[in-house]
Amino acid sequence: MDSAAILAELPRLRRYARALVGDRMAADDLVQDTLERAWSRLDRWRPGSDLRTWLFAIMHNLRIDQLRRQAVECVPIDEDAHLLPVRASQSDRIELDNLAAALARVPEEQRAVLLLISLEEMSYAEVAAALGIPLGTVMSRLCRGREHLRQILAGDPASPRLKVVR
Amino acid sequence: MTTATVTDSELNAFLDGELAPARCAEVERWLAGHPEAVARLEHARAQRDALHRLFDPVLDEPVPEALQQAAQAPVRRAGRQRVPWQQIAAGVLVTCVGAAGGWFARDRQAATPVAALSVPLPRQAAVAHAVFSPDVKRPVEIRAEQEEQLVTWLSRRLGTPLHPPRLGALGLELIGGRLLPGNSGPVAQFMYHDAAGQRLTLYISTENTGKRDTAFRFAQEGPVNVFYWIDGELGYALSAGMPKDELARVAAAVYAQLERR
Repeated sequence: MDSAAILAELPRLRRYARALVGDRMAADDLVQDTLERAWSRLDRWRPGSDLRTWLFAIMHNLRIDQLRRQAVECVPIDEDAHLLPVRASQSDRIELDNLAAALARVPEEQRAVLLLISLEEMSYAEVAAALGIPLGTVMSRLCRGREHLRQILAGDPASPRLKVVR
Repeated sequence: MTTATVTDSELNAFLDGELAPARCAEVERWLAGHPEAVARLEHARAQRDALHRLFDPVLDEPVPEALQQAAQAPVRRAGRQRVPWQQIAAGVLVTCVGAAGGWFARDRQAATPVAALSVPLPRQAAVAHAVFSPDVKRPVEIRAEQEEQLVTWLSRRLGTPLHPPRLGALGLELIGGRLLPGNSGPVAQFMYHDAAGQRLTLYISTENTGKRDTAFRFAQEGPVNVFYWIDGELGYALSAGMPKDELARVAAAVYAQLERR
């Protein structure tokens, strides 16, 4: 592994971090932590393996640590709370103004999978490796993540904690 | 003949190119009779396009200097990162040693000039800039997201209402601020950055009692350029590693905003 190879991954690490975390500075902090940890754990790097997956895996673990530390800010939201029945959207073009806010309301474990696949265009197997979860979990989180985002964009219920009476 | 029901996971795999070719054909046939599934599929595709439109611009942003350095192997990094502020810090050390010398010698001297104990405003500001602005993780104590809290706190500590100028028109966004020790009391520092990640700090001191207002003055402290001026009790110093004329433009904008208050 060399600096040039890591430098080449920087733009994509930044893009993913920005989409995952939202805030520009917090995202870059996460990238910086990732790079520092990568260098400190160089002995765990297996030459010939995929550098991108390895870096994304490091970032993922750091992010989990982060979320655990700031437990106050990530109050678990009832996963199905904002699944309101909605009509199919009239337009397939999504307004970017709403997208960032909507994305932030998708539970993070689903958001991560959704972004790695839809934005970073990783294969399901690469995502499973980066996040350290089984393939089946990747697929179910992707399903729920896409559906959540669709519901939020289409219905935009006033509160994410709104309960649906069934 | 009806095709076995297609699950949501299969629809996603179809979209993401993860489905076996034989099954793809079946899914396509099944979709013909399920318009609501087609709509979901189209929406997932629209999500993908929208995510790219929203976040792809990040790929073209200049990578902040601190991240570029963090991408380098640590050995090479250590030597490079220290240079800028040590140059200034060394200068301050001389000032402090000089001051301490004066202090220890006070018994023998009739009067130690007070000025010897105080570091000039542009130098204080330049050191504060050089110490905090390269810090990627904790450049400020309170971030701009809590601007109201930041302003209330700093105003209370300095004993005068402070307002970080709005420099959005110049492409500068407030990151936040912090409280610092000055020569004899608290001073405030606000930090800004531009789209390229270049940082600029505004240092505000209240230790200028008795001094007259001054026009803009320019000082260069190592790699840091500083514009400073005194307005009543308040001393302002604007520091950045940017060219003098560019910094002058920002200084003029800051001055104009403070005048209007």
